[in-house]
Amino acid sequence: MRKKETGRADQSTLTGGYAVIGTRPPRYDAVDKVTGRALYGPDIRLPGLLHGKVLRSPHAHARILSIDTTCAEALPGVYAVVTAEDLPRAEDRRARLGEGAVNFKYLCDNILASAKVLYVGHAVAAVAASTPHIAEQALALIDVEYSLLPAVVDVLEATRDTAPLLHEHMGTRSLAGESRTPSNTASHFQQVKGDPEKGFAEADVVVEREFRTATVHQGYIEPHAGTAIWGADGRLTVYATTQGAFTARDQLAELLDLPMSRIRVVPTEVGGAFGGKVTTYVETVAALLSRRAGRPVKIVMSRSEVFLASGPTSGTAIRVKMGATRAGRITAAQAELYYEAGAYPGSPVGSGAGVMFGPYDIPHGQIDGYDVVVNKPKTGSYRAPGGTPANSAAEQVIDELAERIGMDPLEFRMLNSAKEGTRQIDGAVHTHIGCYEVLETAREHPHYSAPLEGPHRGRGVAHAYWGNWGAQSSSAISVNADGTVAMVTGSVDLTGTRTSLAMQAAEALGLTLEQIVPSVADTDSIGYTEVSAGSRTTVATGQSVVKAARDVIAQMSERAATLWGVPADTVSFHRGTFTTGQDATKSTTFGELAAMLSRTGGPITGVGNIDVQEWGAAFGTHIVDLEVDPETGKVTILRYTVVQDVGRAIHPSEVEGQMQGGAVQGIGWALYEGYQYDEGGQMLNPTFLDYKLPTALDVPSIECVIVEVPYPKHPYGIRGVGETPILPPPAAIANAIYRAVGRRMDRLPMTPGRILEKMGVI
Amino acid sequence: MANKTRVCARVNGEQVEFLCEPYQSLLECLRDILGLTGTKDGCNDGNCGACSVLLDGQLVNSCLVLGVEIEGREVTTVEGLADWRGLHPIQLAVVEEDAVQCGYCTPGILIAAKALLDREPNPSERRIRTWMAGNLCRCTGYDKIVRAIMRAARSCAQYDPPLYNGRNKARR
Repeated sequence: MRKKETGRADQSTLTGGYAVIGTRPPRYDAVDKVTGRALYGPDIRLPGLLHGKVLRSPHAHARILSIDTTCAEALPGVYAVVTAEDLPRAEDRRARLGEGAVNFKYLCDNILASAKVLYVGHAVAAVAASTPHIAEQALALIDVEYSLLPAVVDVLEATRDTAPLLHEHMGTRSLAGESRTPSNTASHFQQVKGDPEKGFAEADVVVEREFRTATVHQGYIEPHAGTAIWGADGRLTVYATTQGAFTARDQLAELLDLPMSRIRVVPTEVGGAFGGKVTTYVETVAALLSRRAGRPVKIVMSRSEVFLASGPTSGTAIRVKMGATRAGRITAAQAELYYEAGAYPGSPVGSGAGVMFGPYDIPHGQIDGYDVVVNKPKTGSYRAPGGTPANSAAEQVIDELAERIGMDPLEFRMLNSAKEGTRQIDGAVHTHIGCYEVLETAREHPHYSAPLEGPHRGRGVAHAYWGNWGAQSSSAISVNADGTVAMVTGSVDLTGTRTSLAMQAAEALGLTLEQIVPSVADTDSIGYTEVSAGSRTTVATGQSVVKAARDVIAQMSERAATLWGVPADTVSFHRGTFTTGQDATKSTTFGELAAMLSRTGGPITGVGNIDVQEWGAAFGTHIVDLEVDPETGKVTILRYTVVQDVGRAIHPSEVEGQMQGGAVQGIGWALYEGYQYDEGGQMLNPTFLDYKLPTALDVPSIECVIVEVPYPKHPYGIRGVGETPILPPPAAIANAIYRAVGRRMDRLPMTPGRILEKMGVI
Repeated sequence: MANKTRVCARVNGEQVEFLCEPYQSLLECLRDILGLTGTKDGCNDGNCGACSVLLDGQLVNSCLVLGVEIEGREVTTVEGLADWRGLHPIQLAVVEEDAVQCGYCTPGILIAAKALLDREPNPSERRIRTWMAGNLCRCTGYDKIVRAIMRAARSCAQYDPPLYNGRNKARR
């Protein structure tokens, strides 16, 4: 790994010299995970535990006429059966929820369908029984009468006037209000900067292309799982594999109409999430079953249920038009984005629009985004939600523009790179970004200039922008008498954040990492903390633990002042030692002072409650070499390099892990993955056999280049890392395929069949 | 109850005896009856490898084996890799190379890697990638996993007789 430092004059305090940050210690959770001790959602075992199963719609679109559960209830071993009747009704709560009532009704209906089913896999009823097998038998005894309706699973077909309507009373929302004409287009937005017509008139070269991308799934290996214990006192405890214990609690409170204080959510280890475990699915159903049965109930989804009934990300149709001068300046960009929301409104089309042209300084632009409902599962978040399809479209057009002008694709991007103060099409202004530095590092990397010989081989590049997120986090650091500290945060640890947060606390406290004992709290034990998502955990909860650490130091300084009889403001702390300006002979270490807490006023807990309102952005460039087999259309990736600005790498191995993992998910999106449907809306490939994830054999070693342009508003200069790496792979691979076989691709996934079609072989 | 079958086997070196339905998978028996939840269920149809165990030293997907099939046989799960002396070299290598992210595929990865190194002490990167193609990992992109297995191959060579077959446990 090559590490590039790009320090800036005003950031001298951020240029390193750290004791813990930047090292590669073993992760806290690693030993539990390699010995099988770590407990995930499906691993929860409790006395008297019942097993829940969910009856799901076999139809993509149908009215529910009746549900008869009598036979299921009579089966020995069955303890409870629930349907949408058991959920509090949205209609009854309209007064309190106001505008939110519509969204709440959608949320309820997605948990258990009431009047209509809107996709294959839509939950209709659920059973709790003494074994999973009896629960499954009971599902077969539930009699549901459906009246079938025509289905629509294609985003563009869904926008046509003749398309079957999913929600008969839904119009299209836009700035003008909500239209009266019912439509599957839930909303339309438009962003304009400058005068796009003028921009295109100034261009010497204009490229316009249309792209389609398939619905893809996050593909976490751990299925959704929830265990609920509804106590006789009306208190509900839920063990959930979730990205956010507090948001899970709040969703449960809303759906069950319970005060949030009555619900305790205990987050388990999470076996992969990537955005897909922000929304709760089975937890609410398990709670309803537990209330009925008076016993704890666990529901674990099967793999097919995960595909059919969780929250994959949008299939899309995207049109991109860009213009540039012969000198290589982009003059205008325009895009139309149609994103599938799934069965209920709410696709990530907004963030797709927000990032697609983000790396460039473009004077004139317009983006139209459409959120469209179709008979597929309601989409959820997937790593850089909405970004990958939009980025893939824009970066292929940029590649073609560079080619038409006769410029190197990285030089072209560098010439148009966003910089300090660049205003994006949506109006947001870039500050403290490392966009250019990343491009420059990629161009200088030996991979980019290495010879690539042989027929049907090509090299492609793509570049991407993704903004981080801040928001609320809560941490507490308590000092132990032996000089160690217990660090509790509300952030669920998806992939190493106990370690990356503890490293920040260790740095702030002048302690070694071994002296920090981190843990993740349940919702009764710490302040509200947002989901572990949006590349925010190490960034925002990191600021929270640094704040808690500084609180500890302030309180300990007071103890030292008391012991020494000096004013507290004369005590200073550096690298684990307290001193006072009043008396050079006085000095005590953190550990010595910790041992005296019981004699100087009792325990010390530092608190870090924070709502981060400013955050950075992370840019990344990927370089790929590949070979296309002209007979089979199979793509073999020969070499892959990821270059990314991470601000500062707290734990470089974990950072590389994010870059490598994100890149390989992006490779899967590019080449293999996609929901396939028949005309009736049946998903044809809901297994890992037919929905292919990349295996170890499909990818080479992913080389990582960490660029460090510190983000000055974080105490250690860090940027969120996790999402950016999934963005560039599809475009980089498409651009490489073009150089290998001379054909521009326009659909994801770029399967062998589609490549052969483009080559005119089939 | 009447239909349940009694099964006697060795699991991680210990003699076990349990009752299971004839249709219950080995995965279900390990997790729900024996309480060995280290072995994971990712797809329950033999396509993800999270439930990998060794059956008489042979790598199998425990979701595709029936519990009753292990009668008189020996099963090794992730819980059987470490012993009182500490982590097995493969576990240690995975920790040291930061090859764990969410960790859900890790038990299966460790077992599959052990099956490989037991028969081929010095595999090439290509061989490792081919062998591991039956174990899906969605977090790491495989790079650090492959490095860990290569590191483990080096340290396994100096490793004292296998700890995981239980005989050493009896000796301690």
